[in-house]
Amino acid sequence: MPALLIIVPLLAILALNLPWMRLMNRLALWVGLILCLIQAFLVILHPDFFWQAPSLWLGHLLLFAPTVDYLSLVMFLAIAIVGAVALMVCRYSVPSITDPAETRTCANNRFLVINLVILALTGMNGVVLANDLFSLYVFLEITAVASYILIAVEKGADAFEGAFKYLILSAVATALILAAIALLMLTAGSLSFTHVRLAMSASPHSHVVLAAVAMLVVGLFIKGGLIPFHGWLPDAYSAAPAAVSVLLAGIVTKTTGVYTLFRIVISIIGFNASLQTLLLFIGAASMLIGALAALGQSDFKRMLAYSSISQVGYMILGLGTGTILGIAGSIFHLFNHAIFKSLLFVNAAAVEQQAGTRNMDRLGGLAEKMPVTGSTSAIGFLSTAGIPPLAGFWSKLIIIVALWQAGHIVYAVLAILASLLTLAYFLSMQRRVFFGKLAAGFESLKEANAWILIPACVLALITIGLGVGIPWLFETFLLPIRSLL
Amino acid sequence: MTFDILYIALLTLLLLAGVWAVMTLNLLKSAIGLAVTSAILTLLLFLMDAPLAGVFELSVCAGLITVVFISAISLTKPLAGAEAQARDRSRVKRFIFLPIIIVIVGAALYALHPQMDLSLPPAGAEMDVRQVLWNVRRLDLVGQILVILAGVFGVVILFKDQPDAKEPQGGTKS
Repeated sequence: MPALLIIVPLLAILALNLPWMRLMNRLALWVGLILCLIQAFLVILHPDFFWQAPSLWLGHLLLFAPTVDYLSLVMFLAIAIVGAVALMVCRYSVPSITDPAETRTCANNRFLVINLVILALTGMNGVVLANDLFSLYVFLEITAVASYILIAVEKGADAFEGAFKYLILSAVATALILAAIALLMLTAGSLSFTHVRLAMSASPHSHVVLAAVAMLVVGLFIKGGLIPFHGWLPDAYSAAPAAVSVLLAGIVTKTTGVYTLFRIVISIIGFNASLQTLLLFIGAASMLIGALAALGQSDFKRMLAYSSISQVGYMILGLGTGTILGIAGSIFHLFNHAIFKSLLFVNAAAVEQQAGTRNMDRLGGLAEKMPVTGSTSAIGFLSTAGIPPLAGFWSKLIIIVALWQAGHIVYAVLAILASLLTLAYFLSMQRRVFFGKLAAGFESLKEANAWILIPACVLALITIGLGVGIPWLFETFLLPIRSLL
Repeated sequence: MTFDILYIALLTLLLLAGVWAVMTLNLLKSAIGLAVTSAILTLLLFLMDAPLAGVFELSVCAGLITVVFISAISLTKPLAGAEAQARDRSRVKRFIFLPIIIVIVGAALYALHPQMDLSLPPAGAEMDVRQVLWNVRRLDLVGQILVILAGVFGVVILFKDQPDAKEPQGGTKS
């Protein structure tokens, strides 16, 4: 039955593009939102008939029997929440043919963007469901192709530059991943995770296997935007339309890069000293360089993009410990990051749309005119910086404790330092954008509408709820991670 | 031995044609370079007993895609003389270090002479590609439909006329 998470969105897209265009135009957003909400409720309520009962007709049709574990469920929930938020931001910021002022825009961007967002969400669901390396690659590509187009959707020079950089670096990653898959296919004779894992454990010192693992890991580092393969990420995030930035920063790179790396390390490669050293080093470099680069930015979205690189560094650092606690912290941070980074990009969208600029040097005192955006932004940045009792504090704390326990004391200290840097650049952002005297020219500024305030408030509440509810989460969210190893 | 020389010659030609396709400033020549690359790859695929892959490479990559590229290029206007010269100069500056880096890396690898056993195991039992596609990898066909849909939306959204493209916003890049 979990295969329905791929089939139903596909059927929805086909249905939306049937001839009744006027009607479908109005329905598209609601169809996307309903799909996301159903997915979120399926994870939260966890009905056995959906997740565990095999569907004979679907299994026979697709020849596919996915197994869903704890990590998959966390990802499905994050995909559903961020997808719904991106769709609502899309309603707020992307013009539609049904708007009288936009009747000249024959491309009817909103409808097409919604279709592409649903396609990207379907691709990500496929990535999470895949239990075979080639299927994983196919769904990575679906997500990537939808993302290239979504970044370029505004057709400005910046948009094309961002999309082109992502396309080129992603193509390099794809070539590496595909070459690795070919080598593993030759070694294992099959591409299912189980077969590849068995083949790799049978010949752990084979140079072919080592070359395949190296190519696979580097390809996923590029997809995740980790240092030193991060060149595409700030341009792509900042050039994309607001809704697409939310989707990219909130979940796309986390699924295509970070989740896939987690899945491959946990389900196929397993942990060894060399891999752990590499993960720790790349994680620490991303965490520190991302934070330092964020300090020097004046563009709101570029700063958030560099902050994303830094936060992904924490996740990789946690994975690099190779311990249950480290992995639990990383998965928790991945989920938290999906929530609070989406929240911050939603706030950036509100500021850009209402104030007409993202340049922080030209903004100031906006909290006076946009109190909800200013308050939710404060919650988002405090959580990112790891201030208690918000969700980000707990996930960072768990990662740092795991590093300390595993004997990586230097990395633990670096993680604390990077957290201080995070606090510094976010305080600077909050002061320059929301606090202080209202900047000239913004006297008539108004708060954004409900399409952006509702997702911002929901994300802020989740961030607070996850932080305050940590004793409950410890039982339901963190302890089950033991089952992964 | 003869085969090795043939493979090396074809791979060298493939590389040269690929580099030419990327480096040439004329779009038409670039498209032709890509077609030549695909044609050489087709030969290699035939030599490596993958005739079906070779047919796809020849008909789709060397044939169909080249026709689409050349049709699109025929709709564009070349740059004026001075503008083209300025672009040539900046391009040469950008790529001047590439051959130097390749030579240094090549020399370093030759000097270090890493002892790696990269001999590949023999390929597993071969299965007919039709069987693989329809009887083994049906989920990937769903994936293929999704990729095609993404491509269709991409063409509609990027190639349809939009009167006013948005001005870029934001602060300074670093």
